[in-house]
Amino acid sequence: MNTEKHIVSSFDRDLEGVQAMVMKMGGLVEAAMLDAAEALDTRDIELAARVRRGDKVIDELEERIHEECARLIALRSPTASDLRTVLTVMRIAANLERCGDYAKNLAKRVPVLNEMAIVAGATGSIRRMTRTVVLLLKDALDAYIMRDAHMAQDVRLRDQEVDQMYNAIFREFLTHMLEDTRNITACMHLHFIAKNIERVGDHATGIAEQVIYLVTGAMPDDERPKDSAIPAIGTEAG
Amino acid sequence: MNDMRIADRTVSSDTAKMTARGVQVYYGENHALKDVDIDILGGTVTAFIGPSGCGKSTFLRCLNRMNDTVSIARVLGEIKLDGEDIYDKSVDPVTLRARVGMVFQKPNPFPKSIYDNVAYGPKIHGLTKSKAELDQVVETSLKKAALWNEVKDRLHAPGTGLSGGQQQRLCIARAIATSPEVLLMDEPCSALDPIATAQVEELIDELRSQFSVVIVTHSMQQAARVSQRTAFFHLGHLVEYGETGQIFTNPQDPRTESYITGRIG
Repeated sequence: MNTEKHIVSSFDRDLEGVQAMVMKMGGLVEAAMLDAAEALDTRDIELAARVRRGDKVIDELEERIHEECARLIALRSPTASDLRTVLTVMRIAANLERCGDYAKNLAKRVPVLNEMAIVAGATGSIRRMTRTVVLLLKDALDAYIMRDAHMAQDVRLRDQEVDQMYNAIFREFLTHMLEDTRNITACMHLHFIAKNIERVGDHATGIAEQVIYLVTGAMPDDERPKDSAIPAIGTEAG
Repeated sequence: MNDMRIADRTVSSDTAKMTARGVQVYYGENHALKDVDIDILGGTVTAFIGPSGCGKSTFLRCLNRMNDTVSIARVLGEIKLDGEDIYDKSVDPVTLRARVGMVFQKPNPFPKSIYDNVAYGPKIHGLTKSKAELDQVVETSLKKAALWNEVKDRLHAPGTGLSGGQQQRLCIARAIATSPEVLLMDEPCSALDPIATAQVEELIDELRSQFSVVIVTHSMQQAARVSQRTAFFHLGHLVEYGETGQIFTNPQDPRTESYITGRIG
């Protein structure tokens, strides 16, 4: 990657500006995910409400990043790694915006679940899965800042762990539902939450792939290892 | 899905129209061009880019032996047009220049009428047999250069009375009147306004169905817009040569990257 400065130094300032916004967005999304999972686990409605309100800031940041990138393309005509940086910034911002929505959706379900009986161990499992996913997201963004394709490749491989956690949680919920039909409503909500967190892992992978594109100029063409996306249903729990 | 990609600019031919191997140019003691190997494709616009003094114009001038006119210039190595060595003793440089035409940075019409400017080449090379045939060549050339509609009613007015953009298109019409196989353009738009530049760029794109076009330009955006192949020169070396989309999105050499992104190279 190119670490030299541009002859036109305001070009560097513009590029650094949009990248700083993406990093700020990343920090907000990570915090929203962790807070939402904590609110779920500790039944903290206040914290959940804060996460919901906070998503507005994330959405506004994405919009600003989009505008700034459009200006940069129109006014600076970026090429080569500069062009790839702008394209990558736009896609990472879109990925993060989606992750913010998932955190908000999780927070929305907290007051609903608070009205229901506790499903033993479920919110703890979800909180652990959230921590794993947030770490993945953080590493994807660190790989971006350091322009580290190896680290990005590692993130792609580690998404498999999240898929495995999701499958385990899916089976756990299924067991609860089969044991006691009064758990079904709560478990359906919890399952949507788990599925959304699993999707955040996919967005982290998407960011990692953008980093590889940014550094090498080409998207990774190898298939990443994947567990079956849909776990086998009901066989062992019956 | 591959059909839908626009990144790779298609070229109508992958056969080399001109080939250069191990070309060295010295101006006296100054080693201006070092060991250049390149294949200029048929039916393709090739852009030469690079900072001032990098050798791109020098190399362009080798392709139709314009450097012969510089007494201290020495050209070594091999340049072939359709497999034939253009520096061979048997090659007449004047005939060569009819086959490999050139358009310069500043419009330089002859102080003659519009008609005579275009008719000059075909006349001295004896390419036409009758006045009617010559009229036809003049009309076709002016049409190809997208100038016909603007000048058809005043063909006998002086060429120097046209606007800058029109003069440049007149020079292009003059260069294509001898039906060249390769058209060399040295900064053809640097003296033109953006509209005239767009007209010349559109023209270049149309011309490549008939000739290979090689264009030297300081405007990287222009190189990106008009060419299918781009060659980057730096300090007398041909650093990188490739498909234009690839050069501008993912150049392989750090020097190319530094230059096209506007960093100190």
